[in-house]
Amino acid sequence: MPPEPIDQSVLRVDDDGVTLLGGWSPTSGLRHFPRSPVCPFTGADDVEALDLPRTGRVWLQTTVTIAPPGYAGRVPYGLGIVELDGEPALRVVARLSGEGLGPGTPVVLDGEELPGPNGQPALTWVFHP
Amino acid sequence: MSEVRITGVGLHPFGRFDGLTGTDMGVTAVRAALDDAGVGVHEMQAAFCGTAYGGVAAGHRVLSALAGTGIPIYDVEAGCASGGAALQLGAASIESGQHDRVLVFGIEKMPKGIIRSSFFAPWQEAAGLSPAPAYFALRAQRLLSDTGLTVDHLAQVVVKNRRHGVANPDAMFRKAVTTEEVLAARMICEPLTLFMLCSPNEGGAAVVLERSDKGVRLAGISLRSHLPGNVLGEDSPLCGIEDSGVTPPTTLAAGDAYTQAGLGPTDVDVVECQDTDAARELLAWAELGLCAAGEQGAILAGDEAVIGGRLPINPSGGLLSKGEPLGASALGQVVELVRQLRGAAGDRQVERARVGLAHVIGRGANACVTVLVG
Repeated sequence: MPPEPIDQSVLRVDDDGVTLLGGWSPTSGLRHFPRSPVCPFTGADDVEALDLPRTGRVWLQTTVTIAPPGYAGRVPYGLGIVELDGEPALRVVARLSGEGLGPGTPVVLDGEELPGPNGQPALTWVFHP
Repeated sequence: MSEVRITGVGLHPFGRFDGLTGTDMGVTAVRAALDDAGVGVHEMQAAFCGTAYGGVAAGHRVLSALAGTGIPIYDVEAGCASGGAALQLGAASIESGQHDRVLVFGIEKMPKGIIRSSFFAPWQEAAGLSPAPAYFALRAQRLLSDTGLTVDHLAQVVVKNRRHGVANPDAMFRKAVTTEEVLAARMICEPLTLFMLCSPNEGGAAVVLERSDKGVRLAGISLRSHLPGNVLGEDSPLCGIEDSGVTPPTTLAAGDAYTQAGLGPTDVDVVECQDTDAARELLAWAELGLCAAGEQGAILAGDEAVIGGRLPINPSGGLLSKGEPLGASALGQVVELVRQLRGAAGDRQVERARVGLAHVIGRGANACVTVLVG
């Protein structure tokens, strides 16, 4: 039994694994993450729920070598931006794990267990090759 | 012609000061600014205090330590641009005719290490999504890949600013460094080493603004926020779309400030700009219109941005030398520029400086650009 998502509004965990909870506005034609009452790029308020693709490519990545305040997970860890598959373009901030994560590297979504904000185990999202 | 002028400036050095509170440092800076202007606190008609971590009524605590004046005291928070926001509000209160003389100051006393900010939800912190240096690093990588600039150029920015900082007695770091030392320093987030990142710290800065025909003229000032779309924006979104064509807030603010001043980038003689990290300074040069994207390498190679060069940038040593006390940093830039425009900057004086530009950008994303004319 995996732990609960680190935040219920951004992540769902079920038998299929981890899903990023996004939104899509027919008016703006744009996808976004996490789901917002309005399209964050245009203000359009006709946002529909959208499960985002579990695959994409690394756009940028770095390694965090010092634990930031409020973080009790392992260090170092990868952090970067992934361009999700599908159209129109959508880049999401994500933890990254694995070697050789240069720009353009295909990656898939997974769950990663971390101490949550209350110290209890929680599940967040990570992309890896 | 009677205009908004800066008639007094004061500073508490930026650094680490055990035993001193932010209030103490604010009092020092305000007293120095009042003395410089030759006025007393009872002659102030309003006060505007920039601070991000000062807590409730931080400005009131500083003024109360000087005298109970009964004047309105506004505490202003706009992340790294807090002091700029306070300055803009103070200037507007004079331009509107509401006041003739006001006090603007900024204070901060921050813990060591990576800045903690209530900007992020607790779950974002727990997920490791909040470290500012990581976002600086991603922005730096994009700059390098887009422009052909290299980590050597990032190191050269540090070398330049730290060399300038040697001559600034109010700076936290006053030792020059070499390119090799910068590159060999501890890697914080690839490609940024420890020396390429400024230190959050402590300090205070203050200015007296007056409707006057004497003093350094506040010719233009603008605070702007972000437009949507750029995942690398200082508003730190969790997603973005194609970012080409998204005008950064620095460019928006600079456009306003240049228009107000009736001046353009080619008129600027000296610049104090946000060097939270080395890449941020190089981005700012282009965003402020001081050069085209990709020209930064040639400017560095030609020593054009050093004191004595064509356009000295961060003659104070910048945040890389001074550290960044958030609420005080923008006003610290203004204090530096006023001294430069007065010809009173000592060993770091920029010759024949008439027009100065100050720039800050940070969490929010808030950017503030100020144009001063001596």
